Amino acid sequence: MNRDRTELLYAYAVLRDTGAAGDGPGTVTGATGVAGEPVRAVREGGLVVLVGSVPAAEFDEEGLRERLEDLAWLEHVARGHQRVVDAASAGAPCVLPLRLATVYRDEAGVRRMLTARHTAFGAALDRLEGRAEWGVKIHTVAEGAAEAPAATPPPPPPLPGPRSRARPRAPRAATSGRDYLRQRAAERQAREEEWRHVDEAARGIHAALATLAEETRLYPPQNPRFTGHPGRNVLNAAYLVPRERGPAFTAAVAGLAGRAPQDGLRVELTGPWAPYSFVAGEPSREPAHDTGTA
Amino acid sequence: MTGTGSGPLAERRLSLLDLLDRLLAGGVVLAGDLTLSIADVDLVRVDLRALISSVEGEDRP
Repeated sequence: MNRDRTELLYAYAVLRDTGAAGDGPGTVTGATGVAGEPVRAVREGGLVVLVGSVPAAEFDEEGLRERLEDLAWLEHVARGHQRVVDAASAGAPCVLPLRLATVYRDEAGVRRMLTARHTAFGAALDRLEGRAEWGVKIHTVAEGAAEAPAATPPPPPPLPGPRSRARPRAPRAATSGRDYLRQRAAERQAREEEWRHVDEAARGIHAALATLAEETRLYPPQNPRFTGHPGRNVLNAAYLVPRERGPAFTAAVAGLAGRAPQDGLRVELTGPWAPYSFVAGEPSREPAHDTGTA
Repeated sequence: MTGTGSGPLAERRLSLLDLLDRLLAGGVVLAGDLTLSIADVDLVRVDLRALISSVEGEDRP
């Protein structure tokens, strides 16, 4: 596969060839890539792929398999990938980011790919031009956890009724087993009610934001162990929003975020992102067809 | 764009998760010469999470 090849081409993104990406060797986006390399353009049929030469030892199939589970390496590569995509996005009306670790042997391979997918790329660029992706995550604030560091102070939830947090009281030995079970059941019920309330509120926020978006995509909730939030991640969503509607969208998020603590929730906005979540053109779905199964 | 790099560690890590959501489950998927088909993304992510927790333990001040 990589016979005697010491370098491979890491591909970052596809965009329209407007000539703005510059000609010849040297940096294209001004940003360095995943291996600290300059990024250049490979052109074919009116399209451009941004690529960089990377060491084969790290980025061939075997190298990738070994390294993908090395968090420090993965973070380095992910941030390098994003750096190039962000820099490209700043200067182009539309950029199609590629999935992490898309690697080619040489420019001929990149050109073949561009030619083969010319129509699909053109359609995706048309569809996504002038749009940006925004990320919105919702976490619970209380959930019996310690106060969030440097976060909005957890407001006393206005929920009437028992708070599961305040009563991890050990069952009194004298109490009958039936009382104990009843108490446990009441606690469970209170917890379920709280969850239901929280999920409803999160769904309401998502529905409100979806009216401002052309497409939405839901990601699996992030694990609270790694988010730095004590709360539960109840929504992890991406929204495709026309640029001119961006201010309205972020204002809507801010408004909802301001009210969310009343429901025991915290809303967090990220972006604008390149349309990572929407390149497949299948709202809320993994690319199944149209993208050529690997 | 999200202010990465300047924020506290927790914030940076947070946005790393957001980034990995997109880079491992979004983006154009191509069958190139050498495209690693990250079909086992879920496995990668599981291991990733274990790694993150160990990192967290290390660089906490």
